[in-house]
Amino acid sequence: MNFDMGTYAAYIWPAYGVSALALACVTIWTVVAWRRAKARLAALEKSQGPAAQKP
Amino acid sequence: MRAFTTLLLRDIKLAARSGGGAALALSFFALVATLVPLGVGPDLRLLARMAGGVLWVAAVLAALLSLDRLFQGDFEDGSLDLIALSPLPLELTALAKIAAHWLSTGLPLALLSPLLALLFNLAPPATLILFVSLLIGTPAVSAVGAIGASLTLSLKRGGLILPLIILPLLAPVVIFGAGAVALSLDGLGAGNALGLLAAFAFAAMLLSPFAAAASVRLNLGG
Amino acid sequence: MNFLFRYANPHHFMRLSGAVLPFTAIAALLCLGAGFYLGFSAPPDYQQGRTVLLMFIHVPAATMAMGVYGALAFCSLLSLVWRHPLSDTAARAAAPLGALFTALGLVTGSLWGKPMWGTYWVWDARLTSFLLLLFVYIGYMALWNAIEDEVRAARAAAILALVGAVNIPIIKFSVEWWNTLHQGESIVSGKLAPVFLAPLLLMMAGYAFLFVSLWMIRIRTAILERRARNLMQAGAR
Repeated sequence: MNFDMGTYAAYIWPAYGVSALALACVTIWTVVAWRRAKARLAALEKSQGPAAQKP
Repeated sequence: MRAFTTLLLRDIKLAARSGGGAALALSFFALVATLVPLGVGPDLRLLARMAGGVLWVAAVLAALLSLDRLFQGDFEDGSLDLIALSPLPLELTALAKIAAHWLSTGLPLALLSPLLALLFNLAPPATLILFVSLLIGTPAVSAVGAIGASLTLSLKRGGLILPLIILPLLAPVVIFGAGAVALSLDGLGAGNALGLLAAFAFAAMLLSPFAAAASVRLNLGG
Repeated sequence: MNFLFRYANPHHFMRLSGAVLPFTAIAALLCLGAGFYLGFSAPPDYQQGRTVLLMFIHVPAATMAMGVYGALAFCSLLSLVWRHPLSDTAARAAAPLGALFTALGLVTGSLWGKPMWGTYWVWDARLTSFLLLLFVYIGYMALWNAIEDEVRAARAAAILALVGAVNIPIIKFSVEWWNTLHQGESIVSGKLAPVFLAPLLLMMAGYAFLFVSLWMIRIRTAILERRARNLMQAGAR
């Protein structure tokens, strides 16, 4: 792979950096929200017992 | 038909009574037209080139001022429920309110525009185009605005979100309206631009009553 | 259409998405990785030099920005006309992702513009349209948040999404018209050499797989959150 950007390095790396950072952040945020929702639901189902198994 | 005109006249009267109707929009329009030269400097050649865009944006913002109350007043005191139950279809009700809004806001703005164009040293032929473009285009502002107004009518602070929703949708109106003035300044024909503006306005007047009526229905719990 | 309704049931959707998710996630990683590798292995473009690399992250972002809105509008249509139960959730879940892609399109477009014509922003037709699209996304999300009643919010947002969908082609057209009027420059021009086609397509596929994966996770999260809310309300009785 050729990483020699010449004068354009100042534009290419920030662009890739921002894109990678943004996509990584949104992925992490999405997964964290999912885990949190899953944990919360599990805790609620546990505390309310088998009687709360309504659809 | 009688129901339509009754509603139309009633809304115009209401607009005149509260908030002074056109006076608020006109004052805002004139104030913005005054502030911009203060901001960019008194270079008359520059102002003349900017006039179309500045006055168009100012007119759109001025028309926005009274939009959030388009349905909200009737919603809050329960009249909207009664109006919705009347034999007049909700789409025509929306159209009547759009027409009332235009007559009490858009039309006065268009009528004042030649005077403000004077402040910007806009040449007479271009001023005429500006006037015509506002006349044709402000109905579209009322129509698209009515969609936003009906979507947000249940919100206490709906006025803040209303511009956010409808201003992007009004970009074509500003582009064609101000573009017509720019074309006229360059000595080119503005007919094309005015035609596009008229087409947009026509489509907006035709379609937005349906969207507005659907939004009113969902807010009334239909 | 029946296919869509079969997975309207949250249980079915959870099963389907749970099965598909590992594949889309891996596909995303593979495509992005391969695209990155091929992109940086390619020689500099005859006209644009190394800045062609920016195309590999600008075009996918821009395409997704538009595509996600299309998906959002389609879900809104399903919601309003066919009362498809899960499509409100799906539309709402897609919006922040679409807004992010739009913002990325703007940033990468701006950074692509600076070496090309010397300024970080030009009012060319594409960037201007994307700026307006970003506002459309923000307005859509704001409307969802502003209306308290979930059902009302869903339908209001759906109406707004459809109005936007009708308007966006008009906005694009008017901005292009405006651009030719004021003689602006265009950001993308010319044909693409074949050596650049593969990395570009891979990156676009990677972005698309990433979106689909994140979208499914967000919908699944919303389903779980609704179940939790129902449980809490049931427990409070």
